[in-house]
Amino acid sequence: MMFRLPINELDGFFAKIAAGRRLYLPVDQNDGTSAFAEWSEGTKMSENLNTLRSAKSFFFPQVTNLCDFNVKDKEIEVIDNRADSEDFAVFGVRGCDARAFTILDKVFLVDPIDSYYATRREHGVIITLACTMPEEHCFCNVFGIDATSPEGDVTTWKTDSYLYLNANTEKGEAFIAGIKDILEECAADEVEAQRAKTKEIMAKLPFANVSTEYFEKNTLLDIFNSEKWEKLSEACIACGTCTFVCPTCQCYDIKDFDTGHGVKRYRTWDSCMYADFTKMAAANSRNSQMQRFRQRFMHKLVYFPDNNNGEFGCVGCGRCLTRCPISMNIVKVIKTFGEE
Amino acid sequence: MHNETLIPKIGVVTDIRQDTPDVKTFRVVGTDGKKLFEHIPGQCAMVSMPGVGEGMFSITSSPTNTEFMEFSIKKCGTLTSWLHSMDVGQQITVRGPYGNGFPVETTFKGKDLLFIAGGIGLAPLRSVINYVRDKRENYGSVQIIYGSRSKDDLVDYQEILDEWMSCPNTEVNLTIDREQEGWDGHVGFIPNYVKELEPDTSKTVVMCGPPIMIKFTLAGLKELGFVDTNVFTTMELRMKCAIGKCGRCNIGNKYVCKDGPVFSFDQLSELPNEY
Repeated sequence: MMFRLPINELDGFFAKIAAGRRLYLPVDQNDGTSAFAEWSEGTKMSENLNTLRSAKSFFFPQVTNLCDFNVKDKEIEVIDNRADSEDFAVFGVRGCDARAFTILDKVFLVDPIDSYYATRREHGVIITLACTMPEEHCFCNVFGIDATSPEGDVTTWKTDSYLYLNANTEKGEAFIAGIKDILEECAADEVEAQRAKTKEIMAKLPFANVSTEYFEKNTLLDIFNSEKWEKLSEACIACGTCTFVCPTCQCYDIKDFDTGHGVKRYRTWDSCMYADFTKMAAANSRNSQMQRFRQRFMHKLVYFPDNNNGEFGCVGCGRCLTRCPISMNIVKVIKTFGEE
Repeated sequence: MHNETLIPKIGVVTDIRQDTPDVKTFRVVGTDGKKLFEHIPGQCAMVSMPGVGEGMFSITSSPTNTEFMEFSIKKCGTLTSWLHSMDVGQQITVRGPYGNGFPVETTFKGKDLLFIAGGIGLAPLRSVINYVRDKRENYGSVQIIYGSRSKDDLVDYQEILDEWMSCPNTEVNLTIDREQEGWDGHVGFIPNYVKELEPDTSKTVVMCGPPIMIKFTLAGLKELGFVDTNVFTTMELRMKCAIGKCGRCNIGNKYVCKDGPVFSFDQLSELPNEY
């Protein structure tokens, strides 16, 4: 069922959500980018298409404390300090990032469930916002994502007059029920004109017709052994920026930190682009940057789909395209292989 | 709150055996004195000293051992050096079991088994060998071809002499790389020794050792007529989570921690040669 709210009541809408839980939404930063930040009275939502960093840190933060240890002489005490997450809502998530959550679910919520991720996921409500001005680096449609009707617990559309809302999940319905007194029911087709207009723009974007067919039709070994990786990876400086901004990159490291009065074990984001990622005492299975570069793209375009009914591990958000210092990116990889 | 496999249990080291100059075998139980958990031969556990590091080690004791677990660990990095420096009574952390293990109750059952190991490569096989020894009636003949640099580097030498050699329908062939005083057994590298021994090609092979040994031994086995589907090995790559999520131990689309560490060579032949 579609609901709507006059657009001049947006602040009241945010205040109502924030009364029951923490609310995060994209906010402009001083450098022209935007980032998710907690809403408080007076916070203005960014008009940017998307945040610089993806929304993955709501469920998979850059650093997570796994557990603590007290070590005394020969004895160890394990301290499980996991706490239940607070309820929170994230507003303004785009279709690409929303799909990324379901990709991350396929890693963290398969047996054995990652409790840190699961707890946050259970307590977070995702309120997505339909795109109206997709940009030239966008290619979510290549992966079957409809940015004009994004996934999430609740989908919203913003027009000059109204914010439209539609619940997609039980959690979303409960969320709508909680704020129903400020919403009014409306016809489902009131957002169709906006959607059609956005789709027209999307069809003209430079990567609208990029084809992933090559990766669907060729074997793992043929793609892995291709000579093309050498040239594609030649300029990679292993900075890891692509991994950092990627909404689906989820590789992590586990480290211990001795605070002087106990040991904290935590996990951090890691990158397969780094030389020590696979380094062992005796050997390293991926010695060259070509191998590491290849791993990142093989993972997204071949390994992940192999293990997940053909679903690619990329959502076409375009962040790596705009941020890679050597202008290498997944679209160039896909196109280079498709050129044969 | 969900269970969390990343949070480890406490293990107490109750015995330390110096196997070779750089390999020690650690006996571990829980704080209640009992075995920490059950496992299948070939499965692994994450062993850690908080503040030092955590690493994946194969559980070298057999599941038929109801009292304790053992880990045979070679000193080669930060964590393993620390473990080698500890004394009996030390607590460590353990989590697991992880990985698929060897198909001892399915594929291996009733088969003639040929174990081939080099150096510390015997550690993951010891669990299977002792399992087979304890359930001897379920398996055919057993042949163990084991080699190391020198006599002093043969892991579990005493157990081999005392128990494996006297086990019914079991043949043990030992070799060392170079001539050594006090050694009147075979001298030479594993791949050549295997070819010399000409084991029957109907045997199911379980092999573990350094990559170079695996490469040449596998080639030799193929020359003799062995097929990939009958040759199993156990792999080792860097791991952090041990549950297929941290993303680093993959060989192609398989994670060694979760989908392995045990693979047959026909499985490996479909994967990139990146290990």
